[in-house]
Amino acid sequence: MPKKKTPFSKDAKFAELLTEDRRLLQLLPRFGIGLGFGDRNVEQVCQINHVNTDLFLMICEIYSESGYKPEKHELQHIDMGDLLSYLKASHLYYLDERFPHIEEHLQRIIDACGQKYGPMLSHFYDDYKQEVMRHIKYYEEEVVFPYIEALLNGKRTDSYKIDEFEHNHTNIQDTLDDMMNILLKYLPGDILPKERIEISYDIMELSDDLNRHSLIEERILIPCVESLENAKP
Amino acid sequence: MSNRVIICETSEIIANGLADIIDGMAQFDVVARIDSPEHLSERILSTDANVLVINPALLGYQNKEFLSDLGKEHPNLIAVALLTSCLDHSCLTPYIGVIEINDTRSKIISKMNEFAQSETTKNADDVELSKRETDVLVAVAKGMMNKEIADQMNISIHTVISHRKNITRKTGIKSVSGLTVYALLNNLIDEKDLI
Repeated sequence: MPKKKTPFSKDAKFAELLTEDRRLLQLLPRFGIGLGFGDRNVEQVCQINHVNTDLFLMICEIYSESGYKPEKHELQHIDMGDLLSYLKASHLYYLDERFPHIEEHLQRIIDACGQKYGPMLSHFYDDYKQEVMRHIKYYEEEVVFPYIEALLNGKRTDSYKIDEFEHNHTNIQDTLDDMMNILLKYLPGDILPKERIEISYDIMELSDDLNRHSLIEERILIPCVESLENAKP
Repeated sequence: MSNRVIICETSEIIANGLADIIDGMAQFDVVARIDSPEHLSERILSTDANVLVINPALLGYQNKEFLSDLGKEHPNLIAVALLTSCLDHSCLTPYIGVIEINDTRSKIISKMNEFAQSETTKNADDVELSKRETDVLVAVAKGMMNKEIADQMNISIHTVISHRKNITRKTGIKSVSGLTVYALLNNLIDEKDLI
């Protein structure tokens, strides 16, 4: 099948990527790509910022087309170290920016709910947050990533294998969807409607972002680690 | 959306012949063929079937009771009678319609389409939680496990799971903590009920 022409090529203007899909903007800080890139093309911008161009383009594709799945041979050029730094930067973005932002809005809604609904809403959110922390911090960052880093350093261990990877993001997304339903459908209508509409946009965006994030893990990270595991020592 | 059909009939010739006709229709897939109504409910659950074509002779005089129990466990299920012999017509009232042994292929096709149509309308109206579903929801919200709920309500674990599927379909809420909030907001439980 001939490869269809996309703006996702090395010699396309970097700025064109962002007009093609504005969600790609949020990727820049995670890659450490600064603004002010002028009219440079994708490859130049990546080089200046010490970013692996192949990985950058692949992740852009996953963000703007959910059906996209990189071929095996394309994955050979991926630098695992870069991929891990990207995933860690995404985690930081969720934990240090997105969640606190949503919490701030939510706290105002919780306060407005008063004694009747406030505590349960706050309880619901706390449970959810714990689940997120457990998956991202205590599982991925403390079990999976160190395992991969050890593999990269040539250390093999039998205590963990990547096919045990917990696809826990579905849970995290389901609960986010539940939160949307509660905020829009089931909380009494007169409690801070404007705030609730605003927070819904943030939640939808986060839910979509988390969805792409798990696609990156499924379609890039896991196959790459599998081939590392199968490589001859 | 495609309809998933279970055929329950003792005669292999008849069951396979009917399956062939139904499988040829774009909107229908035959997901199971069984020769007795035993374990029917479990099969419906495991195959996620929404249409049951069954020979009423297999149920004798218990058609009404059997189908009404089945309907409680699988509210989206439509039951079609497959008539192969003369039968007391009172047996046929619980069915949405009847396919007769002498029906032609085209007649069966048009009947099946008509039955499936009436199912979609039924689905659209069906948004309120039933009494049974509300009971299950309350139990889930209180933190009970499926097994405990089944024991307390005297129903099978499969039935509990099927109720929970319907609760999620109707409310849009999937997580246990989300269902708890839903139950509190709708005054189905009290904060005091929670551990």
